[in-house]
Amino acid sequence: MTAGGPGDPSIGVAASATSTSAVTTSAEPGRAAGPVGSPILGTARRLTRNRKGIVGVGFLALLLAVAIFGRFLVPYDPNEVHVTDQLAPPSSTYWLGTDELGRDVFSRLITAAWPAMQAGVLAVSLAGLVGSLTGLAAGYFGGWLDAVIGRVWDTLLAFPAIFLAIGIVTILGPGQFSGVLAIAIINMPVSSRLVRAVTVSARSTDYVEAARTLGCSDWRVMTAHILPNCIAPLIVQLAIAVPEAILVEATLSFLGLGAPLPAPTWGNMLGSAQTYLARSWTYALFPGFAITLTVIGLNFLADALQDALDPRRIRAGSATA
Amino acid sequence: MQRYLARRLLLLIPTLLLASVLIFAIIALAPGDPARMMLGSQATPEEIEVERERLGLNQPIPVRYAIWLTDVAKLNLGVSQSNRRPVAALIGDALPYTLRLALISLGVAMLIGFPLGILAALNANRRLDAIVTAINSLGLAMPAFWLGLLLILLFSVELKWLPASGMGEPNRPLYERLHYLIMPVATIAFSNLSVFSRYVRSAMIDVLSADYVRTARAKGLAEQAVVVRHALRNAMIPVVTIVGIQFGRLLGGAVVTESVFAYPGIGRLVINSIANRDYPVVQATLMLVVLIFLITNIIVDASYAYLDPRVKLERGR
Repeated sequence: MTAGGPGDPSIGVAASATSTSAVTTSAEPGRAAGPVGSPILGTARRLTRNRKGIVGVGFLALLLAVAIFGRFLVPYDPNEVHVTDQLAPPSSTYWLGTDELGRDVFSRLITAAWPAMQAGVLAVSLAGLVGSLTGLAAGYFGGWLDAVIGRVWDTLLAFPAIFLAIGIVTILGPGQFSGVLAIAIINMPVSSRLVRAVTVSARSTDYVEAARTLGCSDWRVMTAHILPNCIAPLIVQLAIAVPEAILVEATLSFLGLGAPLPAPTWGNMLGSAQTYLARSWTYALFPGFAITLTVIGLNFLADALQDALDPRRIRAGSATA
Repeated sequence: MQRYLARRLLLLIPTLLLASVLIFAIIALAPGDPARMMLGSQATPEEIEVERERLGLNQPIPVRYAIWLTDVAKLNLGVSQSNRRPVAALIGDALPYTLRLALISLGVAMLIGFPLGILAALNANRRLDAIVTAINSLGLAMPAFWLGLLLILLFSVELKWLPASGMGEPNRPLYERLHYLIMPVATIAFSNLSVFSRYVRSAMIDVLSADYVRTARAKGLAEQAVVVRHALRNAMIPVVTIVGIQFGRLLGGAVVTESVFAYPGIGRLVINSIANRDYPVVQATLMLVVLIFLITNIIVDASYAYLDPRVKLERGR
């Protein structure tokens, strides 16, 4: 959460080196190898060159597939109650056993990948969107707008993130949507400040000055000339935020503040598993594995993206903080 | 330094005020009627009306905010609506528990995390480094509540060595209740030691390639002296920041860990009082959490400048 704070203005300068090539979007595959090739292809190539990147990308693909299609392929309806098979151990009938109502843990686990991905991808994208817009506006226009926006983020940052999330969910009432919104809000300040820092340093560059002289509107200068500078550091920051967001969602639903029952989430499965620890130890095992594996896989991806997008890291390739 | 601290403390006031608005909004906008919660479902509408009057809920929200803020400024935190105890007493009971848990956990995390990070840095890109990195990614990815459940499963349910929850009889002396702390401390320490060892590792790697380390080696210093006196001391500077930040977070209550182990600290107080719609307690504890968090941040920034003379405070924002 500390990355890209106000004390990290250098990020913008370093990042602009990769993104100035964003002008040439349609390059033939052959040219993609060079430094002026398509930034997307170039990044993808650098991403898949190290092992972490391959594992991370593969994991993301698997996770998305499970989250999107898994719900339709599970052996049981995740809410189907089997009264005679409560807290059953794993078997060929129930691959990962059953819960306190005799519901199939495997089916619930797979179904719960969807809310987890929603919390991760949807919430963080929302944070990135609001963060970019406010950060651009604050950095570009400065003045009172900058002061107001900065004040709002300062206030939000005065709360430890989990307390803020709990507070927001309390206002909105527990539920999947409130969880997504809360996670989005706790991630907005960092994205916004990051974009603001890049915007401030890009605002005084010659090409922005030139664009303004040519009569580009503020909106066009911001979106076409400044925003591309922000994309690389923003993607890195959002990639770091996704696994964190999934952890926050799991925490909220573990505390009973997530999607309402009987909808399964990894967090609320563990919440009810705690009550029945003495009667079934496997129940508490699998949802935790799901969360941990997901977060490890997405952290790999975030690390690899950081290496692929940050020119300072391509050189060093070691120290990760 | 004094001017800097004074300025930061002064800037604390507007932030706290804005935070108080947000906290009050959380309470005022939250669904559910505290008067109804207090009286239960048996109460008649008249009784609820009287109770609303007594709690001051009939006044407009800005007036309620002003009243609450003046009370807080006078350190009059009110009375819990669920058990009628003064909020200050509830916080006074919970704070030592949270403080104890935070201090011990961070101590353990530093004792394990720092050496791990140093070892990893000295063996960068070798097998030992890979092992430490694996431990770190596990520590950062495992949710605290899952680790807590696994510990309870092993040590309480299976082996029956440790109590699964609580902190024992409050009137027994603390040393007889220390075993209650083992699992909560292990849970918090595990994730924090991963954070620390990652930071120490990267700070050490940075420092080990610095010119003054090369000079120290070139003048023939023993490797141990180079590592301890030259590298480690400088590597600690960025690490102080992260230790301070984690400490500030933990002082606000390790919400999840405290919930899993029914540990009677600030975090559980917040969660329970939100569940009970006990608003005076929620408001006061949230304000306290924010205050602690902000003050630790100031201390961290100040100590950073103290440790690293290159950092200039006066202009920094």
